[in-house]
Order: sequence, then C-alpha cells, then structure tokens
Amino acid sequence: MSSITTRDAPRGFTASEYMTCLTGIVWREGLRFLHQRERFVSALVRPLVWLFIFAAGFRQVLGISIIPPYETYILYEVFIAPGLMAMIQLFNGMQSSLSMVYDREMGNMRTLLVSPLPRGFLLFCKLLAGTAVSLLQVYAFLIIAWFWDITPPLIGYLTVLPALILSGLMLGSLGMLISSGIKQLENFAGVMNFVIFPMFFASSALYPLWRVQEGSPYLYYVCQANPFTHAVELIRFALYGQINWVSLAVVAGCTIVFMIAAIYAYDPSRGLARRGPAGGEA
Amino acid sequence: MTSPAPMAAPQPTPQPDPAAVPALSIDGVSHSYGPRRALMDVSFNVRPASFTALLGLNGAGKSTLFSLITRLFGIQTGRIGIFGHDISRSPGEALRLLGVVFQPRTLDLDLSLTQNLLYHAALHGIIRREAAARSAELLARIGLADRAASKVRDLSGGQMRRLEIARALLHRPRLLLLDEPTVGLDVKARADIISHVRQLVTEQGIGVLWATHLFDEIMASDDLVVLHQGKVLAQGPMNRVITEAGAQDVNTAFMRLTGAQVMPGGGA
Repeated sequence: MSSITTRDAPRGFTASEYMTCLTGIVWREGLRFLHQRERFVSALVRPLVWLFIFAAGFRQVLGISIIPPYETYILYEVFIAPGLMAMIQLFNGMQSSLSMVYDREMGNMRTLLVSPLPRGFLLFCKLLAGTAVSLLQVYAFLIIAWFWDITPPLIGYLTVLPALILSGLMLGSLGMLISSGIKQLENFAGVMNFVIFPMFFASSALYPLWRVQEGSPYLYYVCQANPFTHAVELIRFALYGQINWVSLAVVAGCTIVFMIAAIYAYDPSRGLARRGPAGGEA
Repeated sequence: MTSPAPMAAPQPTPQPDPAAVPALSIDGVSHSYGPRRALMDVSFNVRPASFTALLGLNGAGKSTLFSLITRLFGIQTGRIGIFGHDISRSPGEALRLLGVVFQPRTLDLDLSLTQNLLYHAALHGIIRREAAARSAELLARIGLADRAASKVRDLSGGQMRRLEIARALLHRPRLLLLDEPTVGLDVKARADIISHVRQLVTEQGIGVLWATHLFDEIMASDDLVVLHQGKVLAQGPMNRVITEAGAQDVNTAFMRLTGAQVMPGGGA
C-alpha cells in the first residue's frame, strides 16, 4: 500500500442501480434502432427476399418429408421460416458487433466502459439490448410471413420467445467476441465471408439435415457441430410449442461460453489493452 | 521533480487526513504497446479543488494515460488511485468519483441532448426522475436548456463540448478529466469552456486534470505536469516549474525541458 489511502468505504451497487443501468442501455439501443430506419428495412428485406424468391424457386426442387416438429407435409417456405428468423438474429448479432467496433473507433464505447458498474454486467446489458432489437425484427418478419401462409399455431408466437432470446444472446455474444478481435471497421467484410455465410449455409436453415447427410456425410457432421444449426432447430421446435432438448443444451452451452469469452476479451487488463490506443494518438 | 508539500503528503496512516488524499494519484505508471514504450514511470498527483494542466506534445502519452485512468486499458505497472480508491482493485468506487471528457466526441448524434444525458445517468445507476431533474439543471447552466429536445447533430462544436462537460458532471464526480477539450473550437468557444471548467474548480471544489498542448490555456495559479515522450519532465505549481527551468514563461520553460521547437501562436 504505497501512496494510495482510502477515503470512503466502498458502498457497492444496489439492485436498483443495476436495473436502471440495464433499462437505460436497452432504451438507448432501442432509440438508436428507431433512428436507423434503413437498418430496420434491410433487416426485414433480407429474409423476405429469401422467403418470396428463393423459397418459391426451390419449392419444386426440394421435397420435404414429414419430420418433427411438423405433423404434415409442409411447403418449403414453412420449412425455411425458422432458419430465416435465426438469420435475422445472426445478422443483427454481427451488426451489433460491427457497431461496437464503430463505437470503439469513434469513442462512444468509452462512455459505456467508464460506467462504474462491473464491466461484465455492462456487456451483458449491451447483449440483452441487441437481442431485444432482434426480437422486434423477428416479430415484424413473422407478421409479414403470416400473410404468406406461414401460420404456426398462435401459442407458437409465445413459446418461440424464450428460444429467440436465447439464440439472440448466443449470436450476439459471438458477435461481441468477434468484435473484440477486429482492429478496424474495414475488417468487417471478412466477418461476412468467414462467419455469416458459412454459419448460415452449413446449417439446417435451408435444408433438413437428413438431405445433407444423403449428399455429403462430412458436411452433415459440420452442420451438426454448427451452433447456428441448433439455434435454428431450437426456434423451429419452439415455434410449434415443442422443445428440442439437444439444441437447447447446445445453444445454452454456447451462449455461456461465448459470453464468458467476450467479457474476458473486453477485460481492460487483457483484450483491449493489447491493441494500442483506440481512437486518437497515444 | 519533487512534489509540493500537499501533493506529496499522503502516508499510509490508519486515519488519513481527508484533505491529504489526492483527487488523483498516479504512482510509478509505465505502459508499453508491444515494444513501444508509451509511458515510463509516470508519477504525479492532482489535488482536490485544483486545476492541473497536463502539458505535452501530441504523442507524449497523454491519451494513453487517460485510457489507463479510465480503465480502458489495464495497468501494466504502477498504481492509479482516485480519492484513494485503487482503480484496479475497486474500479466501481473509483469510476463513480470520476467524470471524463474524451478527446474524440462521444455523443450519440441522432439522440437529443436530454436523451444523451439520461443515457449517461442510467449508466451510473441514477434513477430516471433524478436524472431528468439533474439534466434540466445542467442544460440550463450551460445555456442549452432551449435545445434540450434537439438532436445533438444540430449543435456547434463548442456546444457539443459544453454538453459533454455537463454529461461528465451528471453523476457529481469530484475529479474531472479533460483530454484536449478545446481542439477544433473557435476562440470564443475555447474561452467559454476554459472559464466554465475553472469555475467548477473554485465553486464546486472539483479536481481537474486538463490535458493540453496549448500554453495559453494554463494560468499562473495552476499546477503543471510536463509530459514528454512518456516521461514526466517537471511538475508542481506553474511558477516553480518555470523558475526551476530557468525560464521567464511557460513556452520557454517547456522548450528548455523538452528541447522541442515551439510553434508560433502559443502551441507546442
């Protein structure tokens, strides 16, 4: 204990302070989202293009047999809807990470990180806020999809909510983890090529895994190991009021791992410190 | 290089004299980016209710030091304390007493002035009603009450800076850091901001650390820390630093200490 003597006893933080902080971060993220109408529109147009054009074209090519959770033969559109919901969250998670890199370059990240509340908690709030935004996007998509004859049972709209929260957190924390490793905004194109596309295509979003297995057993294993596959399946089953326990376990496990890793990477004594001065000269 | 009596005072006594606890104490801090050494054994204190100017050229290590104090980087060597709270061991208590104005603008341009302030208040756990009251009060003080609902994007550079200072004061910190806050502002806006911050020191007893490379922002009554290439070359009351450097004014003193060429117009 050299020259540092304590003046005030530490008083810690109350539950109300934590709640105020959480609601404040979610509120700000929501406001920012409302101000970025282009982001909302493109978040909706992307899955709708897949639904209206891609699915319509592929309907005749891919026959879907009766697989759980579906109880009858279904149209291809119905099959890919959960995959597209997960895709919305995948893009949103990566976009949140993009905005974190941007915030870090522009300095906005600093206002968050100088909050006295524990940094892990701040990042968790940020993840919840990003997930909340993805929920708005997914439900907007579901409303439009309903007019396109994608009509899961009404209760499904409710039971899918916890699944969406969990998958949103998983993809958000993956994005946050990636953002901690990106030095510059320009590197984000690499994320598209090396994260979003492989995750999306090597999954059960566009085709049932038994069909993948027929084509290539190796790809099947890759798909099985892809956490995104399990996010899709978790959402698919939840949308029909069922639980896919394996997917739930994988998604929950990955969420915990990614989140801990992301919080670790944003720890000042480890992650950011190694990358030199952020925004401005030394 | 010795500190004046009130700054060097704190001893590890069981009952520290509150007046002796520095607002900010930097103690043997070094920092490297890989092989490049940005700070070398930096030590100085900022007294409560004092204006301390951290003078250095671009690249002297001012921003690195700010990043360490605000916990954006982890401390590699040394210690930093804010009113006696070690920022590595009790960051929450330390950051609560700290307000910061960073050099790059850190406002949400698309949100209103009030929204920016409320967000900051939330980050400090200040409940909404209290936050709204404080925001209104601070906006009135910086003369932007009538702009409360406008977007920050529509403000001038000087107004944005004033808003950032108001934001940094929202949680009532006792130490305020400002990293070259007047960069890019016109003469009038600069003068406004400097006098506003000096008022905070005299009227509210806030300790201020003001990083700058502009000599004319420093006054005779200030404490001065001269940082050059990561090292503290001189520190203490400005007059003493000048005398000890055998100079007549701060420009010459700085030039003698660093061997740097001083640009015409009072900037380094």
